[in-house]
Amino acid sequence: MSRSSNPYQDDRGNKDRSITREGKGEVDSTRKSGSTRPAPGGPFLAAENMTGGYGAADILHDCTLTVEQGQIAVIVGPNGAGKSTAMKAVFGMLNLRGGHVKLDGEDISELTPQDRVARGMGFVPQTHNVFPSMSVEENLEMGAFIRTDDFKGTMEQVYDLFPILKEKRRQPAGELSGGQRQQVAVGRALMTRPKLLMLDEPTAGVSPIVMDELFDRIIEVARTGISILMVEQNARQALEIADRGYVLVQGANRYTDTGEALLADPEVRRTFLGG
Amino acid sequence: MDLLNAIVALLNFVVIPATAYGAQLALGALGVTLIYGILRFSNFAHGDTMAFGTAMVILFTWLFQSMGIHLGPLPTALLALPFGIAATAALVLGTDRAVYRFYRKQKAAPVILVIVSMGVMFVMNGVTRFIIGVGEIRFDDGARFVINAGEFKKSTGLAEGLAFRSTQALTIVTAILVVAALFWFLNRTRTGKSMRAYSDNEDLALLSGISPEKVVAVTWTISAALAVIAGTLYGLDKSFKAFNYFQLLLPIFASAIVGGLGSPLGAIAGGFVVAFSEVSITYAWKKVATYVLPESLAPDGLMQLLSTDYKFAVSFAILIIVLLFKPTGLFKGKSV
Ligand SMILES: Nc1ncnc2c1ncn2[C@@H]1O[C@H](COP(=O)(O)OP(=O)(O)OP(=O)(O)O)[C@@H](O)[C@H]1O
Ligand SMILES: [Mg+2]
Repeated sequence: MSRSSNPYQDDRGNKDRSITREGKGEVDSTRKSGSTRPAPGGPFLAAENMTGGYGAADILHDCTLTVEQGQIAVIVGPNGAGKSTAMKAVFGMLNLRGGHVKLDGEDISELTPQDRVARGMGFVPQTHNVFPSMSVEENLEMGAFIRTDDFKGTMEQVYDLFPILKEKRRQPAGELSGGQRQQVAVGRALMTRPKLLMLDEPTAGVSPIVMDELFDRIIEVARTGISILMVEQNARQALEIADRGYVLVQGANRYTDTGEALLADPEVRRTFLGG
Repeated sequence: MDLLNAIVALLNFVVIPATAYGAQLALGALGVTLIYGILRFSNFAHGDTMAFGTAMVILFTWLFQSMGIHLGPLPTALLALPFGIAATAALVLGTDRAVYRFYRKQKAAPVILVIVSMGVMFVMNGVTRFIIGVGEIRFDDGARFVINAGEFKKSTGLAEGLAFRSTQALTIVTAILVVAALFWFLNRTRTGKSMRAYSDNEDLALLSGISPEKVVAVTWTISAALAVIAGTLYGLDKSFKAFNYFQLLLPIFASAIVGGLGSPLGAIAGGFVVAFSEVSITYAWKKVATYVLPESLAPDGLMQLLSTDYKFAVSFAILIIVLLFKPTGLFKGKSV
């Protein structure tokens, strides 16, 4: 926690495991939601002019991301460009100094992440995206935590989408392979039946075959009308399925176009797609 | 050689007392391990939470006794228990609101929370003594024995008596019920699962719509309930003295760490490991040995490894050994 300037987070190197436990969350859980305002018109998700970061220094500079209903938007960019930070900003896990987030005609900039989930957003973080000691089925149940209706049907849909999960449903998620774990993570986020699904590098650390599989599943999900905002390291494959592509560099939009156009742009090809 | 008398002596002086004590430690360690697993720090105020809770139970017991309410063969304290739990939960939740919440908001490093809990410990310590005093209080009533030593001797004709006090029986039965309820709660209910989810991954729990503040509140409440139950059972079995509960902190932490911090199963196993070690190391084995060994080998001394005054040294030694050789504990706790 040395990154922070907050003295309460400075443990002076004392990390005695017999009295303390690692793995605290980053999000302030004591915060309360502000109000929402109607903001009709515009795309389904419009996160515009986002500026902010984790501490004093800004990571995002006037960053804008939009997704139309039922479409796939893909964010690519070099390591450390702020792609994950932008996703967290859209989800309300970051204190923004500027900009706003609008979802389905409503300004939700003041909402906590929990309340954004209730409004139909689902998020699969880049790392730590499953509950490792809980079984696959329990992971999915936790995904459906906010639902008061019967979610058995949704669980069956997730099992249809990822049949391997049904086989492993009694196994702790922490014991699964990387690809299976990513499927649990996506499945967990789908359990709320989100209108917008945000995926941060869903294919990180999986084999090329599993990657193609996952992309197919993601397209399948988008076909059901769910909008998708996705960060991808495998830029070429991702832009191929993208309706809209964003190239992010140092926390700012560098190129924005349809996936197809970005793939065709020689400048983008040369600098970001390796020729 | 007299095996039967040896077994009875062993049961009477080691097995039964250690089982009851182990159950008390296990309940205490469960509270510690829950806080560690979910709030991620060792709560040094747990011993004094037990003391405060037991003090509340005693006050309610006196109130009921003065009103002439009794539970027949069972101690009146059992009736006072829910009230003691409510009062303690209120205190603990108030403390969370006034103290811990601030540090949670700051995302304070866990080791800072440990120190904060020490501050809370001193305050609770003072509050408890202020309310109920520093002296020793006995508050058990109802039937004294399930098995009476004198009657046991008469009916069996053995030289050794076997006493099974009702507070010991009560301790064991209550512990089994409480542990079963806790495991059912953690593994089967929605709230229990959300607590495990939060323990696994705070941010993901939040992203799943689980309210962290609710998880924290439920965790404090359960740990307070466990503390009051453990404290009351201990007080019924031995006697109540505020300072004793502060001292209990060491065997309780030893239990939780032996079992593996963060593992509820481990806390229970650890409680019995510590209790049996403590009792068997401080017990004078002369009597049992005399029954078992042939006369020529009869021991001269007491055969007591350590005087009971040093019983806490046993917990301390176990703690050190575990931390040196198996720091994750018997049941592989969370990243110790
Ligand atoms: N929790 C944090 N606290 C402080 N700074 C952070 C934190 N997380 C990331 N950063 C910093 O923010 C910048 C952008 O990081 P981010 O993780 O958003 O990049 P990214 O584009 O997702 O990279 P990658 O491709 O490696 O996932 C980096 O300089 C990083 O060091
Ligand atoms: Mg990233």
